Amino acid sequence: MSQWVDQIFVLFKNWLVGYLPAGWQGAAGVILCVIAIIAVYPTLFAIAVLLERKGLGRMQNRYGPNRVGPFGLLQPVADGIKALTKEDVVPLRADRVVHFLAPIVLVVAVFMLYAVLPMGRHMVLVNLDAGLLFFFAMGASTELAVFMAGWSSRNKYSLLGAMRAIAQMISYELVLLLSTVVIVMISGSLSLVTIVDAQNHYTGIFPHWYVFTPWGLAGFLVFVIASTAETNRSPFDLPEGESEIVAGYFTEYSGFKFALFFLGEYVEMLAIAGLGVTLFLGGWTAPLSVLTWVPSWLWFFAKIMAWICFFIWLRGTLPRLRQDQLMNFAWKFVLPFTLLNLLVAAIWRFMGGGWLRWVVCSTMVVAAYVGMGRIEMFKRRIGPRTYRYAEE
Amino acid sequence: MGVIFYLLAALTLAGGLAAVLLKNTVHCALALTVAFAGLALLFLRLDAQFAGFAQILVYVGAVAILVVFAILLTRGSETPTEGVFSRSWFVGLVIAAAVFAALGAAIVESAPALPGETAAPSVTVLGIGDALVTRYVLPLEIVALLFTAAIIGAVIVAMREKERAK
Repeated sequence: MSQWVDQIFVLFKNWLVGYLPAGWQGAAGVILCVIAIIAVYPTLFAIAVLLERKGLGRMQNRYGPNRVGPFGLLQPVADGIKALTKEDVVPLRADRVVHFLAPIVLVVAVFMLYAVLPMGRHMVLVNLDAGLLFFFAMGASTELAVFMAGWSSRNKYSLLGAMRAIAQMISYELVLLLSTVVIVMISGSLSLVTIVDAQNHYTGIFPHWYVFTPWGLAGFLVFVIASTAETNRSPFDLPEGESEIVAGYFTEYSGFKFALFFLGEYVEMLAIAGLGVTLFLGGWTAPLSVLTWVPSWLWFFAKIMAWICFFIWLRGTLPRLRQDQLMNFAWKFVLPFTLLNLLVAAIWRFMGGGWLRWVVCSTMVVAAYVGMGRIEMFKRRIGPRTYRYAEE
Repeated sequence: MGVIFYLLAALTLAGGLAAVLLKNTVHCALALTVAFAGLALLFLRLDAQFAGFAQILVYVGAVAILVVFAILLTRGSETPTEGVFSRSWFVGLVIAAAVFAALGAAIVESAPALPGETAAPSVTVLGIGDALVTRYVLPLEIVALLFTAAIIGAVIVAMREKERAK
């Protein structure tokens, strides 16, 4: 029974495809999977937006949306209808072609990310040999869409937002990439399916997720920081800081194009959460061996939504960083830490089994973290606040 | 091969031509990105996954961004009034044709050097990684040294500018 529920979507696809002649079955299967992805993730996007508005509201001591439908549950529908019926305003001096193409490039690149994510046992669109590389290649393409949007709008705020966004995304993309290299070093594969399979073992009732190792925990923390920055989420939301530059690179977008940017941003957030879950939190595997009867896809989506809730919590808690703090943090703290983590993973790999590698690797990670923190604190020389530009 | 190859080739060529012929510099950079992406898709058509994805990651993700940044931070993206062709375009054309001829000749001549190559070789990412850290480890280290030197150079340039500002 649980086997059957676990594979229900795969069986359903095979059943539907079975009605077609043999020559078409491959292509039809792929098209069905693509339709499923395009249907499921925007739905999750709607849920995430509602969750975010409600959750942020609670954190800020107000109600959040509660007018449309029971408990405001139909708010996303109302938002969608509003976006569709609004006028599409394009600035007079804007570069019309590029202005039109930017949201499309963004959404296409973002949906491509899901092609390699395993969403359950045997539930992956294409099991690419270089899946992780594909994910990052597609993720890098979104930067260009951001630039296109910011530049073509002919608006100072848009251009500033685009510059900030690209500078931030390039800095943190390096960290994001390097933090996942440890996984590749240990599992010996770039295929996300193989990486999940490597974590699908249990000691007693506890799983062999990579986050439960010293290098995995360090990599996971760095990955969370970098993924927050990569998706322009608070506290790294400088590219669209409302109080400074209106809405950043999509200031001049209205109506459905604005909705596309909004969709692209959240869908990318879900994709990066999916990647983090796949790499560090065991993908679709159950958190305890006694829970393996729960369908694998349910675990995957539950983990993604938990990650999104964490992002919302973070947004409701932390204030926005300043540009120089953002860059210093990326290049002077996170990057050296990530590079050291590569060394730790290599030591772990070549020390073989036994408890000694746990001691050595944990000591290295903790010592580096504490040491770097102490040195930074010492260098900072915290004193009375000084103003460089404002008059006293 | 067949239809898809010709479509991709047309896309790549159109991107390349647009990069040369368009007036607005930012448009040229974006057209160049289309050419990069077309090239990556051609690599993927040849079953070279690593080369294809690395092409997208490096050229579309980094080089194109570098180009547009350089355009924005220097002369601005305004369309030049006095045409887009420099006066020495003919010399440039001759040099480009000569480079293309040399590369083409080298590729055509290399075909007999590899006899017995009937089927396409299957190159996995694992194989590339293995080769990089065993047989080709020296070139890899040399490239790494070159990049380190480039980074140090960039930092030195940035530092001097800061001192002058004070």
